[in-house]
Amino acid sequence: MNKLFLPALLALILSACSSTGDTPATVEDRTGSMTSSGQAAGDGKPAGGTETTGLGDAGVKGSALDGSGSYAGDPRKDPASPLSKRSIYFDFDSFVVKDEFRPALEAHAAYLLSKRDAKVVLQGNTDERGSREYNLALGQKRAEAVRKVLVVLGVSDGQLEAVSFGEEKPRNEADTEEAFAENRRVDVVYADE
Amino acid sequence: MLRAVFLFPLLCLALLSAPFSAHAVMEIQVVGGAANQIALAMLPFQVAPGQPSPKLEQIAGDDLKRSGQFNLIDVGGAQSPADLAQVDPGVWRGKGAEALVVGQVVAAPNGRFEVRFRLLDAIKQTQLAGYSFTISAGQWRATAHQIADIIYEKLTGTRGAFGSRIAYVQKQGKRFELKVADADGQNPRTVVRSGEPLISPVFSPDGSNLAYVSFEDKKPVVYVQSLRDGGRRKVAAFKGSNSAPAWTPDGKRLAVVLTRDEASQIYLINADGSGLTRLTRGGNIDTEPVFSPDGQTVYFTSDRGGSPQIYRVAASGGDPKRLTFSGSYNVSPAISPDGRFLAYIGREDGRFRVMLHELANGQTRVLTDSARDESPSFAPNGQAVLYATVQGGQGVLGTVSLDGKTRARLSESGVDAREPAWGP
Repeated sequence: MNKLFLPALLALILSACSSTGDTPATVEDRTGSMTSSGQAAGDGKPAGGTETTGLGDAGVKGSALDGSGSYAGDPRKDPASPLSKRSIYFDFDSFVVKDEFRPALEAHAAYLLSKRDAKVVLQGNTDERGSREYNLALGQKRAEAVRKVLVVLGVSDGQLEAVSFGEEKPRNEADTEEAFAENRRVDVVYADE
Repeated sequence: MLRAVFLFPLLCLALLSAPFSAHAVMEIQVVGGAANQIALAMLPFQVAPGQPSPKLEQIAGDDLKRSGQFNLIDVGGAQSPADLAQVDPGVWRGKGAEALVVGQVVAAPNGRFEVRFRLLDAIKQTQLAGYSFTISAGQWRATAHQIADIIYEKLTGTRGAFGSRIAYVQKQGKRFELKVADADGQNPRTVVRSGEPLISPVFSPDGSNLAYVSFEDKKPVVYVQSLRDGGRRKVAAFKGSNSAPAWTPDGKRLAVVLTRDEASQIYLINADGSGLTRLTRGGNIDTEPVFSPDGQTVYFTSDRGGSPQIYRVAASGGDPKRLTFSGSYNVSPAISPDGRFLAYIGREDGRFRVMLHELANGQTRVLTDSARDESPSFAPNGQAVLYATVQGGQGVLGTVSLDGKTRARLSESGVDAREPAWGP
């Protein structure tokens, strides 16, 4: 048991020490199927989904931090790289990809061009106001807008899937304008992460 | 008859494990003068000593009150007589009743019960209906709803919908449960549990299946699930998002919204997932399809005019025609079973409310007075609209009569309910 447990513990400690706040991995955990593990911990309930998936991610991060100063791991997780920027935010009722997100999308395009087997899902989100199904379509429109930027930058359509979560997976559940702004976004999620 | 009870043999497990919350006090709000209400006296059903006392008259009475068409007069502690033929309707006429209901419950062999009731015309002093049901102990509520349906139909001429069912999604923390309940919101049974969102449930026309959207595959996918055995299949899981299922009136096909070719567009697909054809075209959003009762027309929401509005198009294709013009946000169409009315959600001054639009003349009225209404759907008899709204920061379900004068809250407090659909 110890043999299995120690590396995971180490990884946890490492990742906790190195935490830079809002890391991309956190984003994906919130939107992906692993929600149950995080939520089980939060609720303190013995939910069936309390598997060790969270520890696995932490292990990857821990090993990546070995080289002091220089980043030896997955470039997509280097906090200094534009690849670590995974969220594209939108104005109210808008589908326009703003210029400030251009560098991040160019970096993702370059990565996808260099790794033809890599695939990303572009997850569109909206704020909570209005019809759920209409918001699903709005989120899709945002995801499509990001997909088109990546296609223009040369990424193969087969590497991209635009989907929508509509208003169903808010990053911030508060009923404020700030929360709404945080929820109007597209997340770039790599299939192998 | 009592079909709901037999439809869920396998769901009994879910029922047993579900927290059986106490019966909530139903809130019924009457707005403005409710004219032409029928004055009805419902005498408590006589129950032999030592027998269960299921308060059938209260369950049926609440059903009738929720319709807004009945005024239940105070019976002042009176009981149904042991011999139902012994009641004198004339006495109740003197107390203002136009009609009178009496009933009793007696033990039947094999642990079953016989429920008898009579509906009497207090003015003409004649019997309008008399029924006997032999039921098991699990069928009290279903029997009460059936009694309410009989009373409603005899006195209004329109068939009742109290014995029908609703589906909705309940959110608890980050868990989602798709539930099926009686039309009064009671007797909820969970048919899907998920750690990911569930939206857009809709009953097949015969009530045997639910179509819905689940996010369990990290994207929206349309499922069809049998209510009988809980078996389900993916009907639409194409690249991109799959959502907004709507059944054709014959239950053989579904309209769904897919993004496989471009922005959200409406497609038709067989209920087994075969035979995909595309209905709408263009790079705009087309979503929330719903069929007219004759299956010839599809109503839907589109932003092709610059803002979301309701349109209709022939189910065989063609040019869509816009139906809503007032306001910049009109979504979520629902069509009454007789095809006369369109209910939808309209935004005015930042408030989202249930609107009713008469298709023949375009007259539109606001049915609700809340601010965050969603997901309207008609009762199977077309006499009320079920919708979701927000009260005290929490999702609740409500019904409103077509004149907007009677609103009732169905769901209990402390339960975050949304995405309701009214079924057969």
